[in-house]
Amino acid sequence: MSGSRRVGIFLLPLGVFAGLVVLFVAGVNNSETRSELPSPLIGKSMPAFELPSLLERDVTISSEAFRGEYLLVNVWASWCFACRQEHDFLLSLARRGEIRILGLNWRDTEPAAKNWLNELGDPYDVIVFDGEGRTGIDFGVYGAPESFLVDPNGQIVAKHIGPLDAALWQQNMQPFLTQRDGS
Amino acid sequence: MSRQLAALVIALVAATSALAIDRGPAFDDPELQARYQRLIGDIRCVTCQNMTIKDSNVFLAADLRREVREQIAAGRTDQEIFDFLTARYGDFVLYTTPLNERTWAFYAVPPLLLLFGALVAWRTVRRRAALPMDDLE
Repeated sequence: MSGSRRVGIFLLPLGVFAGLVVLFVAGVNNSETRSELPSPLIGKSMPAFELPSLLERDVTISSEAFRGEYLLVNVWASWCFACRQEHDFLLSLARRGEIRILGLNWRDTEPAAKNWLNELGDPYDVIVFDGEGRTGIDFGVYGAPESFLVDPNGQIVAKHIGPLDAALWQQNMQPFLTQRDGS
Repeated sequence: MSRQLAALVIALVAATSALAIDRGPAFDDPELQARYQRLIGDIRCVTCQNMTIKDSNVFLAADLRREVREQIAAGRTDQEIFDFLTARYGDFVLYTTPLNERTWAFYAVPPLLLLFGALVAWRTVRRRAALPMDDLE
């Protein structure tokens, strides 16, 4: 009786240690996605905005203009290195015409943004200019690129932080569109 | 002359640390300025994650400081400002973790562990005290 009790006392720290190891391994394995915060905006309406168009400054674009169709809102800036990385994917997505793409040009300057589009091509149906980052705050943006999938009712159904690519699109966003086509 | 210079240097150094990275005080009213300083010291710069927006000058931190400044000026309460931020960035934007159904374990586990340890210590001491003294000799 006292013998088994003694063994228990020695095994307890070992058990605690094993538990900690599991915890730490899980933490290390998650370290790549750890900095991605879950957005409280998923399931909510896309934040309202009235912003100037980047390419036609006297045109104001309202968030209400996008109801009725799926929309990909892509937050980008010319200073954002990872945006370059995802640009080819956005161009190919635009070519396929699967979805309308709204660019939210965030914390950028007009000439730099236009240069960037001239140099790399323009995958966007519309680009709104948010030079002060106010709409960015409403979208909970904390680093470009970020992408939001908005359904025809204007609800945000998915968000991706960091550069999108074909695999991520297939996995996280396209299923919503396929659902649309199926029903 | 050199004393004046020294005083100037001291004043400048003190000013830079007091104002952190804003170019000037956000408010003339010292009470509002103190409130502003306290709030931005309790809001996480979600881009840099382990800093507050008081200590960082990335775009987002500057934007959020502007937001806090404007909302204070508009007469919002601290709670309204925190609610505005958590609705957009989640609880993580608060430097002090709020207590709610998702975070209770974070607050409950340390005191429970302490209690458990105290219980084990108390029982061990009691048992040892009850051992016959002649064991020691």
